[in-house]
Amino acid sequence: MIPGVDAAPGVVAMLVVTAATLGIGVYGLRISRTTSDFMVASRSVSPRLNAAAISGEYLSAASFLGAAGLLLTFGADMLWYPVGWTAGYLVLLLLVAAPLRRSGAFTLPDFAEARLASRTVRRACSVLVVAIGWLYLLPQFQGAGVVLAAAIGGPPWQSTVVVCLVVLVNVASGGMRSITFVQAFQYWLKLTALLVPAVVLLLVWFGDGRPAPAPGVLGDPAYPTETLAWSNPIAEGGTIGLYLTYSLIAATFLGTMGLPHVVVRFYTNPDGRAARRTTLLVLGLVGVFYLLPPVYAALGRVYAPHLVERGSDGLVLALPGLMVPGWGGTVLTGLVVGGAFAAFLSTSSGLVIAIAGVLGQDVTGRSFGRRRLDGVTAFRLGALVAVAVPAVVALTGGDVGVATTVGLAFAVSASTFCPLLVLGIWWRGLTATGALAGLVVGGVGSGLASLLTLYTDPSDLWLDALLRRPAAWSVPVALVAMVGVSLLTRDAVPAHTRRFMVRLHAPEGTALGSPRP
Amino acid sequence: MAERVRVTGPPRRGTRTAPVREVEAETPLGRVYVDSLLREQLFTALRVLGVTLLVLGSVPLLFFTVPALPSLRVGGVPVAWVLLGVAPYPLLVGLGWWFCRRAERNEDAFAGLMEEVDS
Repeated sequence: MIPGVDAAPGVVAMLVVTAATLGIGVYGLRISRTTSDFMVASRSVSPRLNAAAISGEYLSAASFLGAAGLLLTFGADMLWYPVGWTAGYLVLLLLVAAPLRRSGAFTLPDFAEARLASRTVRRACSVLVVAIGWLYLLPQFQGAGVVLAAAIGGPPWQSTVVVCLVVLVNVASGGMRSITFVQAFQYWLKLTALLVPAVVLLLVWFGDGRPAPAPGVLGDPAYPTETLAWSNPIAEGGTIGLYLTYSLIAATFLGTMGLPHVVVRFYTNPDGRAARRTTLLVLGLVGVFYLLPPVYAALGRVYAPHLVERGSDGLVLALPGLMVPGWGGTVLTGLVVGGAFAAFLSTSSGLVIAIAGVLGQDVTGRSFGRRRLDGVTAFRLGALVAVAVPAVVALTGGDVGVATTVGLAFAVSASTFCPLLVLGIWWRGLTATGALAGLVVGGVGSGLASLLTLYTDPSDLWLDALLRRPAAWSVPVALVAMVGVSLLTRDAVPAHTRRFMVRLHAPEGTALGSPRP
Repeated sequence: MAERVRVTGPPRRGTRTAPVREVEAETPLGRVYVDSLLREQLFTALRVLGVTLLVLGSVPLLFFTVPALPSLRVGGVPVAWVLLGVAPYPLLVGLGWWFCRRAERNEDAFAGLMEEVDS
């Protein structure tokens, strides 16, 4: 338990969020019937609803709890995380959003196959979707266990099991349509749960006469104790700090477009323009949300300096109880615990849908002997597998840092799907062999670097930096491999490439554009 | 009693004007039409991307070269927190909004070109 946090409001908040989530899920179930409904909500989701759903899905525990905690401990260089997580949507809007929707594909593997006419590239993409998705799910489940157990008591596995079950029931029963409603609801819930306490806490701070953090109260020299160092946005200073910062920018700016749970949402837009407008709205919604974590971090330095040294992920959950006495603090604590639970739940659901979609099409949907599962059953079975694997790892596995694993997912996504999407959409010369070469080089490079980071501890500072934040070198290497091998195999450019490019870029409504649904 | 048969026509997707036929047949002229749309859209995107990277990407370099910057304050708040905590978000939304407008205008121009009957 975090000191100063009462268990009761947390339990009530979690129950309310769970009930509301399942309730909206059941309401959605009555509308969704066919496989197409399950997969992409029949492509009839309006930009406003879709944008709220994308934002609700995207703002995970790393944003709700992690960002404020990182800012409290390490200071201004951690501001690059929220900035990068938002800017990733601008890059997606510029290079990917409308053409991706117009490609008419359901998932990333679908896009790869349609563009390059290759089953092999499709399979490589499926493996990557599942790998990135599980990498991203693992810290969600683990974090759910650790942080919520800290807030409401009980062993961590209890909270992990609760999150897994709610996600599974929700996804398997309603599919994407109900998830769209649920995710949109979750965005507004998360924003409220972070905004209302922030306003109250700022008022309390004003009422206290705007105190500044006590100097020297944080004894550990490993953390930037001086406000001066705390306000320097280059990680660790020096040229290594500069490299780390730029590599983080590369990973977050370019990684967002390849996150499977984000990309799958673009197929639910009615047309290319709606996809663009949805992305623009997401920029606004996500941006407003990210104004809040720095507020908690700054107040945390004044009111909760003891949290700097020991696991600051609990900062957002603990701060209301520390600053507001009595029932006011209790209500606010319930609000942030509910928001944190919603954060775990929504991101996990989105990831499970993306993974289940791929598994349902490429694994569980295949015929085994004479038997072949129908689409909906295959999707549900896929969801079960998608939840079970990371859940088992989270329950039995060792200690994998939440921020490290999420960073790894971004780096792998930026080094594989980003070059594939950008070149596939804008360059006619891409061949299946070239794409495959880039996916392998980028995936193995960034994946290996991150695994080495997790399991070894290089003494050389530069080697450590290059492995810890691989995106700055792995993305260019993947891009060069993709372009280079495509040029070598330029005779193998798919025959339908020109026609496909017209379809990607011509607006709907003209005789050339893809037909409206 | 015969089964009820659903009769559907080919999808109505506008009339096939001369430019549309050029594009569909991938004639040199048709390729010029498509290439110009692609180039226009790509340049629009790259311009916005360039501005974003220039503005946000120069911040680490700025703090690297000017060591006194972290101690600067704007209205009592350290300048880094203003530059990175608040300022990027309106910038990103503004750039995105401008891009959407330009991209739609490019598409409208292309659609207009495709609807010209005499070509």
